[in-house]
Amino acid sequence: MTPVLELKGLTKYFGGLKAVSNFDIKIEEGELIGLIGPNGAGKTTIFNLITGIYLPDDGNIILSNESIAGLKPYQIAQKGISRTFQNIRLFNNLTVLDNVRIACHMHANYGLWSAIVRNRIFSREERTIEEKARDILSIFKLESRADEISRNLPYGEQRKLEIVRALANKPKLLLLDEPAAGMNPQEVEKLMELIHFIRERFELTIFLIEHQMKVVMSICKRIAVMDFGEKIAEGSPKEVQNAPQVIEAYLGREC
Amino acid sequence: MKKFSPILLPISLFILLQTLISSGVLNPYWQQIIQFACIITISSLGLNLIYGYTGQFSLGHAAFYGIGAYTSALITKTFPHSGILIFFASLIIAIIIVALVSFLIGLPILRLKSDYLGIATLGFGIIMKVIFDNADAVIPRLGGSRGMGTIPKFTNFTWSFFVTIGTILIIRNFVFSSLGRACISIREDEIASECVGINTTKYKTMGFVIGCVFAGVAGVLYAHLYTFLHPSNFDFLKSIDVLLIVVLGGLGSISGTIIAAVGWTFLLEGLRVLLPPEILDWRLVIYPLLLIVVMILRPKGLGGSIEFKFLKSG
Repeated sequence: MTPVLELKGLTKYFGGLKAVSNFDIKIEEGELIGLIGPNGAGKTTIFNLITGIYLPDDGNIILSNESIAGLKPYQIAQKGISRTFQNIRLFNNLTVLDNVRIACHMHANYGLWSAIVRNRIFSREERTIEEKARDILSIFKLESRADEISRNLPYGEQRKLEIVRALANKPKLLLLDEPAAGMNPQEVEKLMELIHFIRERFELTIFLIEHQMKVVMSICKRIAVMDFGEKIAEGSPKEVQNAPQVIEAYLGREC
Repeated sequence: MKKFSPILLPISLFILLQTLISSGVLNPYWQQIIQFACIITISSLGLNLIYGYTGQFSLGHAAFYGIGAYTSALITKTFPHSGILIFFASLIIAIIIVALVSFLIGLPILRLKSDYLGIATLGFGIIMKVIFDNADAVIPRLGGSRGMGTIPKFTNFTWSFFVTIGTILIIRNFVFSSLGRACISIREDEIASECVGINTTKYKTMGFVIGCVFAGVAGVLYAHLYTFLHPSNFDFLKSIDVLLIVVLGGLGSISGTIIAAVGWTFLLEGLRVLLPPEILDWRLVIYPLLLIVVMILRPKGLGGSIEFKFLKSG
């Protein structure tokens, strides 16, 4: 079986700093894989490279047999990679519904002319978009919030909305960048349920960055560990927990 | 109760104003002010699409206003006896030229953000002003810094009014479509917008070109209303005027822009009538003071992000 996503020798420099160096990973279809590492290890940089926000200096990114390195972020999104951000990036002044409708834009099949004269294509497509958006909101029990300005949602629901927005363009691969950041224990519980639910319901592959060990260790079958831009370990939660390099990266070396 | 139809409002407004004009209640001076208010509204709605909705800071709006004005004036002046058809043709050609120029300018400079984009558009505005000043060296008919006179007068109340209504409709339809939402998402968060699959370069350029085209349309009406063009009508300060209106009316509010544009025009002219001649020059102090007061009381502008109901309904 070909992996959904494969990173081969991915390398990125920021000036003299090697942010990511020779990073390899294979992600199989339907997998939930975690990426952990100390602060500044280069985890988010990996996500930014996959989604095209940064261009890799070396190496390749292969999405189902097709190289996507060098494509623009919107093209990569259209090929089926969606993401959330460490510090939530919603369209703050817009309603919950509009946030999701914007993510459905790539499926809107009408041009400028239809929009301006508001012909039948326009009405039909707009109706489909709105139905799709409301459907996905109701799956996540956000339909009652549809007309609220997203900035006014409680923190946990903003996180959730960001995930819903990422799912709205029907991705093959979902990248979650520290979804549990800033959440209290109850919210973290809910989030873990949510991630399970998404996997079952949408049958997609999830690549997750997380700082809270509890989350990663309990929901991921496989974990990759990064430090100083390099992958230092990979395997099941148990293997990773006992790997000497990992203990060293997190706790330091015994003298 | 009968349902209120959104078409009735502009039509009744038109009939009311037209009756006032025909019966002579509004003298030609005030007729001209009303038409100027329409022109400023059109241009401001264009800038609101660029800055208010798409979030791209432009200080070069008057340049596109000028390109529209000069292009169409050159055409109608070259064929002076061809009637209203040539006016219509010049409008279409001016739209095409402005769209082309704004596309070519927009593509490279829209990579810049906020202040830097402002400076780049400002630079373009200054270049265009210099070109208008010296245009007579290439095409003597454009008049250069001596001004371009004897342009046939085609703009009348009907034209100004219905072009304004058309502009409002087009901008409204655009903004409340998936394309419009794509533009708004760029204003809200460009990176998030890219990551949900929106080609931000395309929609930034689209918003910019449409906005500039309306500046050009306003310029066409302006040229054929006053029948005289001078480069100083299209300098940096004119871009600032439109920017003031858009900010005052509320970024991303069509209703606010209309109110601010009409209010601004009538305030400037009204003060001219109301104030005694000795302190007439003070009107240029009074209106900035009003601006400051409005911005303190309503920092999001008059309209904020609220729209009139009739602008929302289909």
